[in-house]
Order: sequence, then structure tokens, then C-alpha cells
Amino acid sequence: MAVVRDIMAPFDLLQPSTAAEAQRLLARYGADAWVLAGGMDSFDWLKDRIKKPAVVVDLSGVTELRGIRPWNGGLEIGAMTTLAEVANHPGVQKNFSLLADAVRHVASPQIRNQATLGGNVSQDVRCWYYRAGWPCYRAAGETCFADTPVGRNREHAIFGADRCVAVHPSDSAPALIALGAQFVLRTASGERVIEAEDYFVGPNREITRINLLQPGDLLASIRIPSDFAGARFYFEKVRDRNVWDFPLLNVASAMRVSGGVIQSVRLAVNAAAPTPLRLRRVEAAVAGKPPDASTGAMAGELAVQGAVPLQFNAFKIPLMRNLVKRAIGGVEKAVWA
Amino acid sequence: MPEPEAPPPGASAGPALSRRKFILGVIAGGAVVSAASYRLLAPRAASRPALLGGERLLTLRVNGRLRRAEVAQQETLAWTLRYKLGLTGTKLACDRAECGSCTVLLDDVPHYACSVLTHTVRNRAVTTVEGLAAPDGKLHPLQQAVIAEQGFQCAFCMSGFLMAAAGFLKTNPNPTRTEMAHGVSGNLCRCQDYSKILDTLMHGAELMRKGAQA
Ligand SMILES: Cc1cc2nc3c(=O)[nH]c(=O)nc-3n(C[C@H](O)[C@H](O)[C@H](O)COP(=O)(O)OP(=O)(O)OC[C@H]3O[C@@H](n4cnc5c(N)ncnc54)[C@H](O)[C@@H]3O)c2cc1C
Repeated sequence: MAVVRDIMAPFDLLQPSTAAEAQRLLARYGADAWVLAGGMDSFDWLKDRIKKPAVVVDLSGVTELRGIRPWNGGLEIGAMTTLAEVANHPGVQKNFSLLADAVRHVASPQIRNQATLGGNVSQDVRCWYYRAGWPCYRAAGETCFADTPVGRNREHAIFGADRCVAVHPSDSAPALIALGAQFVLRTASGERVIEAEDYFVGPNREITRINLLQPGDLLASIRIPSDFAGARFYFEKVRDRNVWDFPLLNVASAMRVSGGVIQSVRLAVNAAAPTPLRLRRVEAAVAGKPPDASTGAMAGELAVQGAVPLQFNAFKIPLMRNLVKRAIGGVEKAVWA
Repeated sequence: MPEPEAPPPGASAGPALSRRKFILGVIAGGAVVSAASYRLLAPRAASRPALLGGERLLTLRVNGRLRRAEVAQQETLAWTLRYKLGLTGTKLACDRAECGSCTVLLDDVPHYACSVLTHTVRNRAVTTVEGLAAPDGKLHPLQQAVIAEQGFQCAFCMSGFLMAAAGFLKTNPNPTRTEMAHGVSGNLCRCQDYSKILDTLMHGAELMRKGAQA
């Protein structure tokens, strides 16, 4: 539904070189300012002229927000680090290959060369009605155009819908939740560190928001603790085309196994609900059991309990059941392999 | 159903401005869209600068040369290359990071020029398809391979493919065919000529390796 127009509506491009300077600019311009990281989510909004900020604050010159450094036995990843840099980093590959695997499934090579990890977790939903500027609930309007008998909702939510039925589209988010990552925010009142899963805001809490960021806030970095370093990981994404396409569903798990049973596990899916979902009930149910096919089957059944399909997305229920099954029980070799 | 205006329990007492107001404000600006509104936007808020955007003189490093141009602050690199610098080898098709025809190298790394603001690449080396050949005019091995293999049909996507391949080969000079396919997977060919394109790029990679040995 993108409408190609000449170029973006004019704005003032401000290019700070430190995070403090960026925060000062954001404080000065408040709701008139837009934070620009890699721009891969932002440019659609600006080109379609659905959003017309007066000021764009470009973070690409803020070097302190970029790079990957050791942190408490784990890693701290600056929000402005590109997805390609994350995927190719030896420390990420060695200990947290789950994250490398997840970001390698995002979009296309050129996009991964430019898109940032901070932008990936902070991106907005992709519901076409909302993105095309329709006055839906999420856009502070009074209706949902996707959840009608003829609404196009094949990609939409099977959990957590509350007026808005859009899903969270990030591929990195479930991996970060599974790794127990923490997000470091810089707000007007100082630094705030929150658990990855608490960063995301669903429509039941506040329908026009997708995460905790208020105008003026910056996501500074993402910390990955050592808890699951080198653990048993599983990531799978299902999409229509192998390049560019957002997840119809993805799953990420991190697991410690000893003595043949699951000692600890974290499991998350995305594109199932308006926020990435951590599946705590499943985690609790599989703890202490062997990571085999029967535990996997049980996990899959439990994961989809309570799912509510829309007109065109019931396929997501067996899809999620099977992805969770594989994430916990492993993938059986095909008989012909 | 009205949305609850009260913050959820446990929410931080952040800045007073709600995201709802922010969205309403930004959307109001976008509701009336026409070519005429392009430079005549009424100021919306006190903090809105009197003169929005505007062009600034910029020096860019393109294909090893310093090029000066007046560049609007919201201008994309593809636009600048094509319409300010006359480098029309970079194609503009989808303008949405979904086809690859505008691929250029920034410091040797492939990017979609339709999705880069020109003002953000002041300190970077931009290479377009016009910069692939050697200064003496000798064609780049990838270009030689296009001629040898007759690699493209209509060739609208060609410059994007060549730039994507040139960037990819800097990180992996000796790829398998599958690796090359992954390397240029961010580029589409409307003629669906992928098999011949891959033949071409693999041949070009081989010529590059031979050239490096010579
Ligand atoms: C064709 C296409 C295909 C795509 N496919 C996928 C896919 O398969 N999977 C996937 O996960 N994503 C996909 N995306 C979305 C996009 O690539 C990613 O979300 C990307 O990582 C966004 O990062 P960015 O740095 O480019 O974000 P930007 O557009 O710069 O930012 C995104 C949002 O986050 C805010 N923001 C960014 N950084 C910060 C910060 N440090 N502090 C505060 N706010 C911040 C911005 O204000 C903006 O609202 C796709 C995008 C396109 C155009």
C-alpha cells in the first residue's frame, strides 16, 4: 500500500555526536522530533507522509551508542550496532549464537548492513491499515480495520489482541528475551535498566505505544548476561519469502540440559501477539523433563492454549504448536535424510 | 471504546507528553498530503523551526572524487546521485528497500541508496556502478563477466546486482554458488534471470581471483 511520492516532506536533520547532545535536542523538540537510527522502519513513515516530524535527530554520528563490549561475563551491545555487526561478532557467535541466528533472518543483506539492533526492537507494527495512515485504534482512532469479516489479517495476532490485532514484527526480540537480555534506557530522569520482555507495551496497557520509550528517551544499549552463554539454542522463523519478509511466526529458546533433563529454559515467540511473548507456563512445565519429542509435543499443546484466531490466520495455531515443539524437543531427522 | 488515559500501574512518571498526543500531532501534519503542501507547511507548534529543511552545500566522496552538491536535509542518496550528480547508473525502482536496484557501496559495504539520507554519508566513501571500472577505463572483472556471459536481460537491476556482488566479494572472495546467492539475495530481477546472473557473478569472482594472483 505504499504510495510513492516525490521525496520526504521537509524536516530539519540534527546530527549530534554524543548521546547527551541527542538527549538535549530531543528534550528541546519533544513531540516534534523523530529519532533516526538505521531508518529502515522510519523511512516508510516519512516517505508515505503518514508522519511528518519537524525535526529528525540522526544517531548515526553518536559513536558511544555503537559497538559490542564485554559486560559481566556477557556482552553489552550498543543500540546503534548494526544487525550485520551483531551477526558477525565472534563473541556473539561463540556464546550467544541464538542472537546471531535471529538477526541473520531479518530482511535482506543490505538492510542488515544498515538496520540497528536498537531499531529492530523499537520498530513499530506492520499492520497495513495502520501503516497506511488509517485512523485505527493504534493511531488514536476508534476502530480496527483488520479485525472485520473482510479485513486482511492473515499476518495478525492469535494472542493478546485488545482492539488492535497487529503483531510485533521483530526477529531479534524473542532471541533477546530467551537470553534474558536487559535494555538500558536513557530517560529525562536518568538511566533505567529493564528486562527485555518488559520493554514492550501491548494495547491492553496503552494502545498507541509499542514500547516504554517516551518522546525524548533513548535506548542506549542491550546487555546480554552470561546465564545462557553457550547453552543449547533454537531459533526458527517462518515467512512467505526467504528474504525481506517479516515473520509469520518465529520462536527462540535457550536451554541448559544436564543429566538428560532440562535444568533451565527460556522460550519466546513473536508475530503471535502485539508484543513478543515469553512462554512462562511452558518453561515451567518442561523444566526437569528430558528435551525429547514427547516433552516437545506437550510444550506445543500448552503453548497454544487460549489462542484466538481471526478470520484468516488460524494457520498460526498449528504453526506455533510445531515451532514450540521443535524448540523444546528438537527437530527429528526426516526419514529420507 | 475510549482508550484509558491513566498510565498503567507501575508505569514511570515520565515526561507529561503522552504518546497519544504525539501520534495525533504527527498524523495531523500528514493528513493533508499534496504536492503543493510540500514547501508550504504551516508551523504546527511553537518549537517548529521557522524554516523547515532546506538545502545545504555538501561535499561527498563519490567514486574517489570529491563532489559538491546542494542537498536537501530529507534527501536520499539515490536522489542525490541521480539528480544532483548525474550518476544515473544507480537505479530507483521501489524506493522502499525492497528491490535492490539502488544498491551502492558505503565504505565497501552494500546499502540501499533509496534508504540512506545523503547528509548521513558525508564522511564515507560512496561507490556507484560508475566507479567500478579502473580509472584508466579498464572494466571491473564483474563487468567483464557481464559481457562474457551476456548475464542480464533488460539489465535494469544490473548495477544493483554488481554493487551487491562487489561488496559481498570483499568479505568472501571465493564463495560457493549458494553463498553468492545469499550474498545478492537483497536484489530482485524482474526478468527472473537468476541462474544466468549467478553464472555471471561467479565468473566475475573467478576473474577477480585470477586478477589478484596476476
Ligand atoms: C523491506 C523491509 C523488510 C524488513 N524485514 C524485517 C524482518 O524480516 N524482520 C525484522 O525484524 N524487521 C524487518 N524489517 C524492519 C527493520 O529492518 C528493522 O526493524 C530494523 O532493525 C530497524 O532498525 P533501524 O535502525 O533501521 O530503525 P529506525 O527506522 O531508525 O528506527 C525504528 C524505530 O525505533 C526508534 N529508535 C531506533 N533506535 C532508537 C534508539 N536508540 N533510541 C530510541 N529510539 C530509537 C526510531 O525512532 C523508530 O521509531 C524490515 C524492514 C524493511 C524496510
